[in-house]
Amino acid sequence: MKSLRAYAFAYLAFLYLPVLFLPLFSFNNSHFIAFPLSGFTLEWYRQLFADDAMLHALGNSLEVGAVTALLATLLGLMAAKAVTQYRLRGVGAMLGFISLPLFIPDIVLGLSLLLLLGVIGFPLSLAGVVLGHLTLCIPFAITVLIARFEGFDRNLEEVSADLGEGPWMTFWRVSFPLILPGIAASLLLTFITSFDEFLLAYFLSGTEATLPVYIWGQLRFPERLPMVLALGALILVASVALVILAEWARNRGVEKKSIGA
Amino acid sequence: MALALAAPLALLALYSLTATTGPVLEGGASLAQYAEALGRAGYRALFWRSLGISALVTAVTVMLAYPMAYFVAFHAGRAKFAWLIALTIPFWTSYLLRVFAWKIILGYGGVINSALLSLHLISQPLGALLYNPFAVVLTLAHAWAAFAILPIYVSLEKIDRSLLEAATDLGDGPVRRFLRLTLPLSMPGVIGAAILIFVPTTGDYVTPTLVGGPDGAMIANLIAVEFERVGNWPLGAALALASMAMVGVTAALFVAAARTAARAVR
Amino acid sequence: MAFLSLSKVSKRFGDFAAVDGVDLEVPRGAFFALLGPSGCGKTTLLRMIAGFAQPDEGIIAIDGAMMNGVPANLRPTNMVFQSYAIFPHLNVFDNVAYGLRKERLGKEALRARVEAMLATVRLEGLGARRADELSGGQRQRVALARALVKQPKLLLLDEPLGALDKRLRQAMQVELRALQKSLGITFLLVTHDQEEALSMADQVAVMSGGKILQVASPRELYERPKCRAVADFIGEVNFFHATVKSIDGDSVTANAGVLGLVTLPRANFTFPFAPGDHILLALRPERITLSGGTVAGEIIAASFLGERSHYQVKIAGRAEPVFVASPGAAPQGPVMLGWQPESLISLPFE
Repeated sequence: MKSLRAYAFAYLAFLYLPVLFLPLFSFNNSHFIAFPLSGFTLEWYRQLFADDAMLHALGNSLEVGAVTALLATLLGLMAAKAVTQYRLRGVGAMLGFISLPLFIPDIVLGLSLLLLLGVIGFPLSLAGVVLGHLTLCIPFAITVLIARFEGFDRNLEEVSADLGEGPWMTFWRVSFPLILPGIAASLLLTFITSFDEFLLAYFLSGTEATLPVYIWGQLRFPERLPMVLALGALILVASVALVILAEWARNRGVEKKSIGA
Repeated sequence: MALALAAPLALLALYSLTATTGPVLEGGASLAQYAEALGRAGYRALFWRSLGISALVTAVTVMLAYPMAYFVAFHAGRAKFAWLIALTIPFWTSYLLRVFAWKIILGYGGVINSALLSLHLISQPLGALLYNPFAVVLTLAHAWAAFAILPIYVSLEKIDRSLLEAATDLGDGPVRRFLRLTLPLSMPGVIGAAILIFVPTTGDYVTPTLVGGPDGAMIANLIAVEFERVGNWPLGAALALASMAMVGVTAALFVAAARTAARAVR
Repeated sequence: MAFLSLSKVSKRFGDFAAVDGVDLEVPRGAFFALLGPSGCGKTTLLRMIAGFAQPDEGIIAIDGAMMNGVPANLRPTNMVFQSYAIFPHLNVFDNVAYGLRKERLGKEALRARVEAMLATVRLEGLGARRADELSGGQRQRVALARALVKQPKLLLLDEPLGALDKRLRQAMQVELRALQKSLGITFLLVTHDQEEALSMADQVAVMSGGKILQVASPRELYERPKCRAVADFIGEVNFFHATVKSIDGDSVTANAGVLGLVTLPRANFTFPFAPGDHILLALRPERITLSGGTVAGEIIAASFLGERSHYQVKIAGRAEPVFVASPGAAPQGPVMLGWQPESLISLPFE
């Protein structure tokens, strides 16, 4: 249907266009984020990379993101394996409960975690941010990995055992390579989630800022806006690249499945 | 892992039940905070406004997303996968940046106004674009658009195509068939999408703060004020839990109503 | 004039002709079957009659009205789908009533009509059942009732019995036939199961490779197939090569190689022929006797099937065994295969 097709493309434009203004104006030679355009410049990018505070926050974000991704994926792996292998009862309810943080408004989550850390005497720091991000990222990791495990032919492990391999080697030689695309996807997606996350980091980070918190702090200074746009543009490009990579990894596994199944 | 989630929420509940108004847990148990949270007219107004804005955002987002999901499920053919990826990518970009993008678009000296001015379509910048509920609704609808598509798409995709042919064979034209068969069968997806959007948006903090202004403030702003500036943690906790309860009740009512409506269609 | 007529109907998918120049005439009130192996084009043909596909060439007419270009929901046909396609969100009553809603019958009239149809298909009292609480046989009847309650001029059935177990299938075959006779509605059934087609239909069209090979009554298809493909598809058959030797009045003599010199009635020939022509002779297993005949052979395999036994008999000069079906116990030792001249089916050699 022609009109539906036109609608679909218009919808896609609505999704993407507003965000595309960020990179557009990051190259604009003007302090004002307005039309008409004033010529091309890389000044804002230059300023960006000269900003120590920004670079420091970037480092923090990378650190938090990496740690969160690793821990979430590891815990997700264990959970996914337990769920699919042992057919535990009440799995649905447990998964629903674990996914709860995705449904609670982030401010409520942030504040309750803030309270918790205060009560147990945990200092407000990047470690606290990691804890907060884990509550958001673990459900993602579990979802991706369970999907991977379900598509996994149980017979393959049995064949390996039948041919003489012990449990550890079976895992290393058979299970692990087949699950690897799922692990890669989980790592990438949880990293992006953590990297982009603002509110929990805002409440839980104390004096060390992550990149989104840093951006938030800059928003009240109009003269710094173009630089923030430059930063935003770079983050967008990186996120998109990582997502495409993650989707590729997740679906590459699907084709491979036909060899095993 | 399940315990790790129960603890913070339990603590929040604990705070909300204390009588004192400071950051430390002391004093006896009391419902005073809830009385205050729900008693003040100003607070109540804010609750209603938050629910109203969220409801509007949910309605707009779901209605805009449905035709898109329908297109991918029924008309995208081989390009289905590409469309799904294209629609998912925005979901993964920084939420903060997406809200910020709307701030610069809607501002007094922002993208829309400057474009319209330079094209001589208006002589004065439009002040009514930013710092009001309209900006909040628009920004949230844009930010959550991607969330609505997937559940609706999945439920449309699951519809057995031979059912559609049977309905046609029995005399339904395309519109009748959509209303009597496709829509009811895709209802679970629509309801899922609605809940997925409604529940988190009522408690959103970033959007009302960046683009809402005083007129567009939502409950999260109030909660943040109580915690950060006033330091009245128990009240903040009570506000948070009360708002969650309200959202939960509203959502449950909605689901019940939607299910009943769907059942009435024959 | 025929009730349903197809004239030079073709449908192509790329280079592949799924339906190739089909002419077909179905009489009013008949139980007509379209029979053929998977991929022969019968389902495509059915869908074109129902309106779910448009022919690339040719004309489809129902009761004198041309159907080309008429959308499926406006045609006087209704279909029973292979998967039954029962609406999962409606109960039995609402499923059956679905197509009647827009006819604006009064509430009582609608109820009466639906209940009457439910009784006809023996589902009375089950109106409130939900779709997922039905057995396979019940779902089939709901699909049937739903299509018939609209009183279509033509009922189309797409492999309706395939999903049922054998006993249920046989019961339904009898029921469908009785139903058709009592309602008088023209039924068009598509199936790959020859037993189904032969037992239910008044007339059968055998299809293969997008073309119609023969249209005839079940008996005539069985006893007078027009070509090798039809003979092979319907029932079991043994083929023998032969050359026509001479024609003497009502009788034809042919040299049938391993069978020797044979005679058969001239009436058994449905195609033009002359002495010296290479033809194919076909013999059904149940028309061959194991004793009192002229061809010597040895039983190499036997299976007991209850009322009769099936044998594979090796004869001289032929690699493939001859299939014989015969009641009673097999004679010991070598056998002498025999047959009646009328039992020989003659087919053109292609």
